[in-house]
Amino acid sequence: MKKRMLSLVLAGVMTAAMLTGCGGSAGTDAGSTDGAAQESSDAAGETEAAEETPGEEAASDETAAEDGAAGDSAGGTFKIGGIGPLTGSYAVYGIAAMNGSQIAVDEINAAGGINGMTVELNFQDDETDSEKSVNAYNALKDWGVQVIDGCVTSACSIAVSAKTVEDNIFQLTPSGSAVECVANPNAFRVCFSDPNQGVASAQYIGEHGLATKVAVIYDSSDVYSSGIYEKFVAEAESQPFEIVTAGAFTADNKTDFSVQLQQAKDAGADLVFLPIYYNEAAMILKQASDMSFDVKFFGCDGLDGILGVKNFDASLTEGVMLLTPFAADATDDLTVKFVTTYKEKFNETPNQFAADGYDAIYTIKAAAEKAGITADMSNEEICAAMQTAMTEITVDGLTGEGITWDASGEPTKEPKAVVIKDGVYTAM
Amino acid sequence: MDMEMKVNKSKLSKTTKNDLITYGMVILTYIVVQLLVSTGHVSSLIQGLLVPFCTYVIVAVALNLTVGILGELSLGHAGFMCVGAFASAVFSLAFKDAMPSGLRFFLALLIGAAAAALVGFLVGIPVLRLRGDYLAIVTLAFGEIIKNIINVLYLGVDSRGVHFSMKDAISLHLEEDGVMLIKGAQGVTGTPNDSNFTVGVILILVTLFIVLNFIHSRTGRAVMSIRDNRIAAESVGINVTKYKLIAFTVSASLAGVAGVLYAHNLSTLNALPKNFGYNMSIMILVFVVLGGIGNIRGSIIAAVLLTLLPEVLRGLSDYRMLIYSIVLIAMMIFNWSPNAVFLRKRLRQKFLPGRKVEKEEA
Repeated sequence: MKKRMLSLVLAGVMTAAMLTGCGGSAGTDAGSTDGAAQESSDAAGETEAAEETPGEEAASDETAAEDGAAGDSAGGTFKIGGIGPLTGSYAVYGIAAMNGSQIAVDEINAAGGINGMTVELNFQDDETDSEKSVNAYNALKDWGVQVIDGCVTSACSIAVSAKTVEDNIFQLTPSGSAVECVANPNAFRVCFSDPNQGVASAQYIGEHGLATKVAVIYDSSDVYSSGIYEKFVAEAESQPFEIVTAGAFTADNKTDFSVQLQQAKDAGADLVFLPIYYNEAAMILKQASDMSFDVKFFGCDGLDGILGVKNFDASLTEGVMLLTPFAADATDDLTVKFVTTYKEKFNETPNQFAADGYDAIYTIKAAAEKAGITADMSNEEICAAMQTAMTEITVDGLTGEGITWDASGEPTKEPKAVVIKDGVYTAM
Repeated sequence: MDMEMKVNKSKLSKTTKNDLITYGMVILTYIVVQLLVSTGHVSSLIQGLLVPFCTYVIVAVALNLTVGILGELSLGHAGFMCVGAFASAVFSLAFKDAMPSGLRFFLALLIGAAAAALVGFLVGIPVLRLRGDYLAIVTLAFGEIIKNIINVLYLGVDSRGVHFSMKDAISLHLEEDGVMLIKGAQGVTGTPNDSNFTVGVILILVTLFIVLNFIHSRTGRAVMSIRDNRIAAESVGINVTKYKLIAFTVSASLAGVAGVLYAHNLSTLNALPKNFGYNMSIMILVFVVLGGIGNIRGSIIAAVLLTLLPEVLRGLSDYRMLIYSIVLIAMMIFNWSPNAVFLRKRLRQKFLPGRKVEKEEA
């Protein structure tokens, strides 16, 4: 009898847990904003928490935006849901994309919104995990999302795009670069694809005669890195340089690169191609300088952010070349304005992900205006209209001028190569 | 008729009753959730979480077999999940259009379970002969090795057969119409979406049936006798290595089943530290420890609650993970601290007078 009572209680707890989940969802929106606002004010007193100001500020910004939305919703609201890593080892990218998107949303709202609709952005954490990413997407669906701005990373983007195509929700990934991210007709992207970058890098090195013997160091456990590497190798065959060594490392073993560097040195490489993220690249530069291996380094957009690495002698980056769609030191009006706002709000120099996030929102705006989206349209209608409109618009953004899309979801824009000179990016 | 029923009921042994309660709990939850879903009371977030719940419940029950019944520590159950997930995902992708989805998923389940069982058996042969914590060490290493192997494995199929490489996709030299099955770090993309809540609950019931019957069987008693006193067990002629291997292989294959469910729930499958790494193994162990070591029902509840918690806390944005860990610590203290246990007993006596103090759940 006692056991039965206990089991009933336990079953009750389990059901209640489910119900709480359900009940919570209805109030999630309000709860999240209130909670976030309250906590960011609480945290002001706590010094440690204050370090994470970008995230918090964004949270309070969201509150402000949503409060504003409640106030003047003459044309209704347009709900954009963002998904990206806000915690974990890739949080830098997610937070940057979120901040960039938020700036764009604030600007658009200040200028009257999209077709008179106020834009709301709700950015959810996916911890760079496909499963969590789908959870984040489902949470956004409960919130009533109309367009997805995500995901920031490739694998998550692929997982979510399998769900958005089922639900007919338009998806634009700011930085999901794997080929499969835009395989579905409803998915588009802002950044270059991995193959695109690999081919462009090989062509750039070849055409400009930067090297004859190239060594590659890449992360074989990372989709982005191995994707670029493969296409780079394939394209290199038709270019006037040879690949002398290819050293791989994995996410579990990314602190000591002396073996790969020694290989490259022994093979007499005069250029090292680094299709990796900047944290590892900073360590490679440091270790190369320690072993007095004087060589040119060439990277892709993942290297963007290397100047901001903490406890790293930025003078080592002198002469590093990278292919990036965005340089924070560019002098065109759009970039200057964006960088100033970003620094003001988040005390950081924006990286490429922030720029991608910013462009993603403006791309959504352009497509939504072209398609004549109104707040009362269903998600299916929005998705179908946006899909057509995407192929008809041209966007001048931070990451390229005159960006156009075709039905495959790939953007067409020129890659820009920059070289680091006196601690700033300089166009090549 | 009534009388007969009563007689029958009282004849049911305590363990049978206890097991029936566990099955009943799962079935009841299933019915309640299905009712709520059909009446539209369940948010998309929770609907999306239903299959992960099943996945983690199965793997927690599987690990409880190793930790609670066998008394050995395994830190590699995420690795067995990974083996089951990839084996079945490759199969499903290769035969995507060749057979109906029901049959394909059934075969995928068998393949995933068999692959994980085989690997568990191979890992167990040398290690389970030893005394001490060697299983923990070896399974920990195994989980990491599996993850890294899959991250450099390229597997493709074309008209000439199956090709594989540990270097890169180019060295496969696939024909034009060839299909890449595993693309190194990119993992498997395009797995058919065959998992659903009903299948998950059926698998939970099957897992429970296997594990609970195993525990009460002759083999199970032998395994538990080894756990409680190895020397005494050996002295009555129990083949220690054999029984340990049986229990561990069953546990690994059930983890493989959970992997199959995981793989067929998402369209991408990568072996990341996040989903199949050391942290995941520890997470599964946390389900088991918080639910009570050796307590199958506890594992189920802990797995569901701890999977649900970070998602329900989404509203707290940045503080989500902080609160999650605080809740974990609080639960650990509440469940296991001697003071908390004493307090709970006193409270129970106070509010439920006339009842004896509840014995520890078996």
